[in-house]
Amino acid sequence: MDYVRIERNTKIKKGISGTIRFIILGLWALIVLFPFYWMILTSIKSYGSYNSEYIPKLYVTSPTFENYVDAFSAVPLGRYFLNTAIFTIVTTAIMLVVITLAAYAFARLEFKGRGFVFVIFLSLMMIPTELVVITNFVTITNWNMRNSFPGLILPSITSVFYIYLLKENFEQVPDTLYYAAKVDGTSDFKYLLKVLIPISKPTLITVTILKVIECWNSYVWPRLITDDQAYFLVSNGIQEIRENGFGRENIPAMMAAVVVISAPLIVIFLIFRKQIMAGVLRGGTKG
Amino acid sequence: MNNKDSGSSFLKKISEYKGWLYLLPAIIFLGIFMVYPLIDVFVYSFEEGYNFASQSFFGTGMYNYSYVLHDPYFLQAVKNTFIIVIITVPLSTVIALFISVLLSRIEKLRSLFQTIYFLPYVTNTLAVGLVFMILFKKTAYTDGMINLLINAFGGSSVDFIDGPYWAKMTVMCIYTIWIVMPFKILILTSALSSVNPDYYSAARVDGTRPWRIFYRITLPMISPMIFYLVITGFIGAFKAYSDEVALFGVDLNSAGMNTIVGYVYDMLYGDSGGYPSFASAAAILLFIIVLTITVINLMISDSDN
Repeated sequence: MDYVRIERNTKIKKGISGTIRFIILGLWALIVLFPFYWMILTSIKSYGSYNSEYIPKLYVTSPTFENYVDAFSAVPLGRYFLNTAIFTIVTTAIMLVVITLAAYAFARLEFKGRGFVFVIFLSLMMIPTELVVITNFVTITNWNMRNSFPGLILPSITSVFYIYLLKENFEQVPDTLYYAAKVDGTSDFKYLLKVLIPISKPTLITVTILKVIECWNSYVWPRLITDDQAYFLVSNGIQEIRENGFGRENIPAMMAAVVVISAPLIVIFLIFRKQIMAGVLRGGTKG
Repeated sequence: MNNKDSGSSFLKKISEYKGWLYLLPAIIFLGIFMVYPLIDVFVYSFEEGYNFASQSFFGTGMYNYSYVLHDPYFLQAVKNTFIIVIITVPLSTVIALFISVLLSRIEKLRSLFQTIYFLPYVTNTLAVGLVFMILFKKTAYTDGMINLLINAFGGSSVDFIDGPYWAKMTVMCIYTIWIVMPFKILILTSALSSVNPDYYSAARVDGTRPWRIFYRITLPMISPMIFYLVITGFIGAFKAYSDEVALFGVDLNSAGMNTIVGYVYDMLYGDSGGYPSFASAAAILLFIIVLTITVINLMISDSDN
């Protein structure tokens, strides 16, 4: 009799603490999601109805897509989008080539000074971008590359951390594969291309995704190096929209632009959720 | 015999040359955009009266540092940055720990929550910052969503974006925490899941209370990860800049919300720009601050372990 009561009590207790857990976790989920909900909601409210709501409504009665049309026609949002896509794809592509070659040299090729150069590379990982951005700004200005894609892309390519990550990965591939390939007369380059890269695909995908996120969201360098709207990336575009786009009061159109800019990465995230979270876990920090 | 020897040494030479060849692109990029600027930034910081247009200067010395250290804008930026660091780093770490512990105790919906919590990581800070601005801003048309909440609890409306300093700082800290949480939750959840469950079972058999289990077993086991988060958190918060721009616009000095990094960029470029020497001096001061704090952090974590 007593035993049954105790068991029931613990069950109830467990139930209560479980419910409390879900309430708190749900609350945090709400805090995270609310800004996203708000931007989508506001973006489908008409200009008139948004401004007439002294107390903003949490729902929309007559949704409109007019703001999205405005976002693409009143400001060159399509242009910003295209620029960012070009910047992201080219930067990531060149970076992948550069880091793969470097990681291969460190992991597989033997030459004098390898250890020394690697130590220097590692120590460069600790250098904050803020320290080098000043000279890079001067360099790019002197090369007359302001407001150009090379000016945007060139300083964004280097990434010591990814070289390190990839080198570690290459080193896990057994030596015997390499010697077997050598016996078969495979060249180093072919070995890299046909064996190492396919084996290291997961790491390469991780690096690619992290770099794409970084490029898509980059703000500081593009802002320094571009003042011509034709070369703005989305971050600078959104800032421009904020300062003097649509007229400061057209919040719904602004939110439509925000939705359009945020959507690609969120879609990529939902597709590659596992890879992205694993990649970030392996040491990718933001910014 | 002899022939073979010279052949293998020839091969060796080729492979030596090959290694450098593979490294060449990385070395060129790093050399131009990282090593050279690193030296150059120190040179700039000691060149007095540097003129950007003619690229000439009239002397060397500590004047740039002294100017920056006496600039009220810089001092304001240092103050703002320190407040952001001191508030957001401990608070975000504690909240993240709390949420991660709860997350590790549930099975249902866990991966859904994890996915949701990670979302801010992949969003453009400038874009979402605009949403926060609208939520907190008080305009002629509306008091804004947050003010309505405050009113519902009996408080009176405040303009968080153009209002008093503390109000602006509050939004700043809330937004910063919102942005840094995904990374911390991710790291802590994985640290918690790697704690050997045997410890928990043993403790439970001994009848140890849950709070004590947490304090005596969980916390010590994941403390290296917490230290890692605190250190990277400090470094990240000291470099705060884009989040400020997102909320308060490009002219952070007039909003009184500038940060050290913001000061560096303002000195370099924009309406108040054109002074790479001052920018360099400020960047080096920031680097020294961050380095000092990191070293102190490492010393504390060393003496603890």
